[in-house]
Amino acid sequence: MSPTTDADRDAADVERVFREVYGQAVATLVRVFGDISLAEDAVQDAFVVASDRWRSDGIPPNPAGWIVTTSRNRAVDVIRRSVRGRQLHEQLRDGSAPDTQSTAAWEDEGPVKDDQLRLIFTCCHPSLRTEQRVALTLRLLGGLSVNEVARAFIVSEPAMAKRLVRAKFKIKAAKIPYRVPAEADLPDRLRAVLSVLYLVYNTGADDPERASLRSDALRLVRALVDLMPDEPEAAGLLALILLSESRMAARTREGSIVLLRDQDRTNWDRAMIEEGQAIVRFCIRRNRPGPFQLQAAIQAVHCDADSFDATDWAQIVTLYDHLYSVMPTPVIALNRAIAIGEVEGPEAVLAVLDAIAPDLENYHLLHAARGSALRRLGRLEEAQTAFGRAHELASTKQDQVFLQRQIDAVAADGIALS
Amino acid sequence: MTQYLLSTHAVEAGSPEGAPTSPDDMQAFMQRVIDLEAEMDASGTFVFGGALHGPDAATVVRTTDGDVLMTDGPFVEAKEHIAGFYVINAEDLDEALLWAGKVADATNHPIEVRPFRATGKVADHMPQMPSV
Repeated sequence: MSPTTDADRDAADVERVFREVYGQAVATLVRVFGDISLAEDAVQDAFVVASDRWRSDGIPPNPAGWIVTTSRNRAVDVIRRSVRGRQLHEQLRDGSAPDTQSTAAWEDEGPVKDDQLRLIFTCCHPSLRTEQRVALTLRLLGGLSVNEVARAFIVSEPAMAKRLVRAKFKIKAAKIPYRVPAEADLPDRLRAVLSVLYLVYNTGADDPERASLRSDALRLVRALVDLMPDEPEAAGLLALILLSESRMAARTREGSIVLLRDQDRTNWDRAMIEEGQAIVRFCIRRNRPGPFQLQAAIQAVHCDADSFDATDWAQIVTLYDHLYSVMPTPVIALNRAIAIGEVEGPEAVLAVLDAIAPDLENYHLLHAARGSALRRLGRLEEAQTAFGRAHELASTKQDQVFLQRQIDAVAADGIALS
Repeated sequence: MTQYLLSTHAVEAGSPEGAPTSPDDMQAFMQRVIDLEAEMDASGTFVFGGALHGPDAATVVRTTDGDVLMTDGPFVEAKEHIAGFYVINAEDLDEALLWAGKVADATNHPIEVRPFRATGKVADHMPQMPSV
């Protein structure tokens, strides 16, 4: 690769490469040295060396291999200098420890894909708390800095640093393995990984200030699908994220959420829709359905319609029935109720909503759905109360703006009628 | 190989939740535990295990300037206390969790899994003194 003269572009390229190779390099070093902190420090040191050298010499043809080799050498130095390291060094000399001396073999080999897969399963181990799983995944595999992870979850940097230290301590002390789980455990463990990645995506989707989490999630899910091409649920999550992401630009206007029925569909990203729908078709052919594939299939039906009225609601209700049978959560019951409403009208939706209301008393979208059905029925006072409750419970600015507009619109309906 | 403590707790002085109530239940419970312990033994997993009397039987011993002071009761008056435990050998947490699942299943009690920081005699962990 020839060195670029444009210093700014070069610096941005170096940043991008760092983020891409960070997870690969850390994962490989964790396999070699069995210690996450050592791996992270060594990769960080290698980045410092690289940011000088690459800016003058250009980015090497195999940047990940370069980082792995350099950081591995750094880690060996650190081990040699440490007190405990002397013991290890003795073992290295007498050949009882794995060979970490010759660099030549590494230049070509670079990181091994399986290393990342192993590390994803470690980071998303069920013995860790969800917030620890998310933080570890973004830090170790996503290549986000501690400060970036802290900002994404609205906690202070020291608090996030502490959370990460605790999680890494538990991995080491309890000996959480670096291993792809055995066949029998794989479905459950993969589900844990996929929910972490989906949570990262949704956190980005709910808040424009954390929008970068959406691309982080997409990048990590793509990597996962690349590593596990035979797992239909991983593919399902990729399709679900692509199809949600395709509508992102049309989903907000002037700081408010725009409902599906009001979105400008020409603003949807056709390339993402096509990619997502192709994956959904592939999943249907494979016929091993699961919650993420079914949610993706629902989104695929939405993306297929040229207008809200052209939506195949019957198909969507069928898919929700299937989804609810494999994942009977209140939120899915709510979405199913809304779909039923499009087929059978607001009275039907209200009956279903009343049945599930006790489980979702504090969920703003339940009240928003009730408000919307009540408004369609002309029960404006009740609609006003429902939207008011939704507004109280909404946590994001976009939702609050949207719900305030609903409250105002219902009030305007009332004035028009009187 | 790491050693893990698999412990179960009891609430107050009563028996642990999910404990067998009828003689038939008790018989089945005992058989499940006997089978599981045989499996642990055969795989080299079992190190030690036992069931403890309740905190009513506990005494705390303290020394101040060589004076020994004894008090009735456990360290901390708590609603929950350890009722029984196994110490097992496991390759890693996943293996320990697998055994914990089997113990939870056989006994119908929740199981806490905790890795040992060190086991055996402290002297075995001390670095060798340099010879003079």
